[in-house]
Amino acid sequence: MTMPAELFPWAPGREGYYGDFGGAFVPEMLHETLAELRAAFDNARRDPAFWKSYVEVMSTYAGRPTPVTYCDNLTRRFGGARIYVKREDLNHTGAHKANNVMGQGLLVQRMGKPRVIAETGAGQHGVATATMAARLGLACTIYMGEEDIARQRPNVFWMEQLGADVVAVTDGTRTLKDAINACLRDWAESMADTHYVLGTVCGPHPFPQMVTYFQSIIGHEARTQMLDATGELPRRVYACVGGGSNASGVFAGFLDDLSVELVGVEAGGKGIDSGKHTARLAGGKGRPGVAQGYKSVFLQNEEGLMQDTYSVAAGLDYIGIGPMLADLHQRGRVRFESATDSEVVEALRLTMRSEGLIPALESAHAFVAAFREAPSLSSADAVLVNQSGRGDKDIFTVADALGDEGWKDFIRRKAASYER
Amino acid sequence: MTGARTAGLESHVRERLAKKPLLLMAHVVVGYPSLDANWAMLEAMDGAGVDLVELQLPFTEPIADGPSFVKANHDAIQAGTAWRAYFDLTARAATRFSFPILFMGYYNSVFRMGAERFCARLSEAGMSGFILADLPPEEAAELNAMARGRELDPILLMTPTNSPARLAEIGRQASGFVYCTARKGVTGRKTDLSQGVAAFLERCRTATSLPLGLGFGIKTAADVREVRGLANIAIVGTACLEVWEERGADGYRQFLKTLAAETV
Repeated sequence: MTMPAELFPWAPGREGYYGDFGGAFVPEMLHETLAELRAAFDNARRDPAFWKSYVEVMSTYAGRPTPVTYCDNLTRRFGGARIYVKREDLNHTGAHKANNVMGQGLLVQRMGKPRVIAETGAGQHGVATATMAARLGLACTIYMGEEDIARQRPNVFWMEQLGADVVAVTDGTRTLKDAINACLRDWAESMADTHYVLGTVCGPHPFPQMVTYFQSIIGHEARTQMLDATGELPRRVYACVGGGSNASGVFAGFLDDLSVELVGVEAGGKGIDSGKHTARLAGGKGRPGVAQGYKSVFLQNEEGLMQDTYSVAAGLDYIGIGPMLADLHQRGRVRFESATDSEVVEALRLTMRSEGLIPALESAHAFVAAFREAPSLSSADAVLVNQSGRGDKDIFTVADALGDEGWKDFIRRKAASYER
Repeated sequence: MTGARTAGLESHVRERLAKKPLLLMAHVVVGYPSLDANWAMLEAMDGAGVDLVELQLPFTEPIADGPSFVKANHDAIQAGTAWRAYFDLTARAATRFSFPILFMGYYNSVFRMGAERFCARLSEAGMSGFILADLPPEEAAELNAMARGRELDPILLMTPTNSPARLAEIGRQASGFVYCTARKGVTGRKTDLSQGVAAFLERCRTATSLPLGLGFGIKTAADVREVRGLANIAIVGTACLEVWEERGADGYRQFLKTLAAETV
């Protein structure tokens, strides 16, 4: 595969800006650390051997390239565009998070740092980071909001089994954003021997660029695969957007193809009007701001205090959005839509029954928008949905949403067997 | 209105330094534990002879702060502390007390307010300058120019991780005084001042002729005594708040007096 440094239409401008958004707004303490990281990353991406070693690791360790699957049953059901799915759920640890993590791991080796830290919301990025740390022999601390720990206990189990320390974050809303703050605080102390493996395309420069770079492997593969499968480019590409890393990755492969419409799907939660959502762009509720090291669009009040966000999908439950995506939205290159919790559960059920695919609740947001729009396209059109992760991790949430009595009985019996 | 602001912060600091070897700067998170408690804190600072005061506007994502201040920020926000309450308190304080008052906070508050309105509000409230924990100098040129037009000093930070070139760059843009952090990390944890702090402050001296403040982990009267001869201003933040919580208003007054006693 071609090294994306040569086809990098989304390189940031001055000081890591994408249009009005981006930059690096961190305490002075971290200034040199970010400079060091920028230098290491620039050096690595100019070295053709680096991208090669990344692709090699991903193919021998993580299961890449992931396939594109044609979904005939869904296509016939909606009677419009042909529906294709990019299978990021088949990555080791079950989500696109592995791409970014292994890439940053290679960078950590080049920098010679013995310890990594990471934030995690749903736990996917934490588990991926813990596998990378185990594989590369790095000490690993994962910060996770207390509330997310309660929601995603199985992932905590796996992180600990993989040798990571999982630290509960008890301040703020006790979710993903607070875990990011905790990482920035740890890093302000530990930077000499520690790399912060930020999990999404947010945070200070160079993280948005670097994470997009590693995740662009999705888009570059998918573009070739769609051409092979259909002889042409897809009409639309759909991806869910929390911080925006899977969307940035898949969109990166198609940014120069202006015939391809790019659609980001945010969490509509219980509906935009309910105030319980994370639709920063699609809902029009986000405002420009600066937090967690970068300038972007955030869900915040008029005085700049961040608001509580909500989604059935913990991985989308976040206040901000990657600066590159905010810019692409402003420039009209990416259209943003939202999907509500109930639409998401319905799309998940349909996808499981029709195709035997189990998308994560996060990824199911992208399916909602594709299903909504497919009937109005023609069978001459192909659309691509990025299935960013697999849904097995969501068994508790999904079982609740589907009201599965058999599962509840099982949990009751299991709990009873542990009683002392 | 005091003479401090019109004379400029640097001149004020230098005038004070002509009378005593070390100045003391203390900190309040506005709205925590309450606005009334904040007023009592300010009266105690005035009574003890504190030389400079930073008033923090609470923010939901205080990434440069340690656990005590993080909790204070969140609780103040929960209690509904907004811009209006903040500026009401600062304006009252500037009228009542003689020490210069600095805004302390995070850049998003300024960004949402707008640079011009931010400077106007500080100026109208009688404040002398501001410390923004997450605004690097390369993003601050416009704001800082606007501020100086209103005789407000942007207080920049120098840290032990900065290269000599970076310190020199900060030195070129600084005014008023420079806030030097005695160690890496965030606010709150104790600092061992014997470990490289003197050498770090030497590097800061090379980069600027402005007075130097030393903060981060200065927690006791003994710490303040150690700052004498190292820096020009001892900055005590988290320790004040912790004393208020552990020993109440009387303990707080007493604590400030013991700190101030080390500066004369």
